[in-house]
Amino acid sequence: MAVPILKQGPFLIASIQSALTDTDVLQLRDDVMAQVTRHRSRGIIVDVTALDVMDSFVSRSLRSIAMMTRLRGAETVIVGIQPEVAFAMVQLGMSFEDVQTALDLEEGLALLQAGDLG
Amino acid sequence: MAEAQRIAIASDADVVTARQRARTLAIELEMASTDQTLLATAISEIARNITTYASHGEVLIDVVRDALGRPGVRVVARDEGPGIEDVERALTDGFTTGGGLGLGLPGARRLVDEFAIDTAPGRGTTVTLIKWAQRV
Repeated sequence: MAVPILKQGPFLIASIQSALTDTDVLQLRDDVMAQVTRHRSRGIIVDVTALDVMDSFVSRSLRSIAMMTRLRGAETVIVGIQPEVAFAMVQLGMSFEDVQTALDLEEGLALLQAGDLG
Repeated sequence: MAEAQRIAIASDADVVTARQRARTLAIELEMASTDQTLLATAISEIARNITTYASHGEVLIDVVRDALGRPGVRVVARDEGPGIEDVERALTDGFTTGGGLGLGLPGARRLVDEFAIDTAPGRGTTVTLIKWAQRV
């Protein structure tokens, strides 16, 4: 299922709606990159609130999105990682240390608007 | 006890189905929500190994009980793929031959209570894991 990406001013918001297959995740990566270019976006929020599992593939792919968009001059913030999912990611050994995260959409937007991203 | 559910694994969508079925069973056993997520994540890792290395295989999910009668979800992921030459290394963080992060098997092992792997080159791979529904 494709992830809708909304444009809000200089930012893009990708709201994941349901469990993602690996194919969906790769599609999201390509879509985000295309839209960053089209809209000359300065920031991207990927909302993962709806994800009940973030395994190593999804985590790695989201990290790739963050790295790739940064090379295009746009910062990515991952928002809405559920507490149980965060616990599983740590147990799994996934670290998001070089990826910006925020509690929810509102916090993520505030972070992008403040422009104080590493 | 009900028969094991069998989910054929041939695509990335089947990986999602397998972990969702296991979660449904875990909910029926009143497994804690965090443990459900750990189990579902572990299944995602071992089922993806099937599609990555063996192209197809199957996942079997059923309920088992320990010596004290406590229930748990058992998951068996098996394939007739190339098998693993060096299991010790495959269970080490960061080792991969599939272009990933090398967290699949060692990560899955950390997420569950019981973990066993039976594999040999040319003989395929069977991974069995159990998550107990109640903490001891």
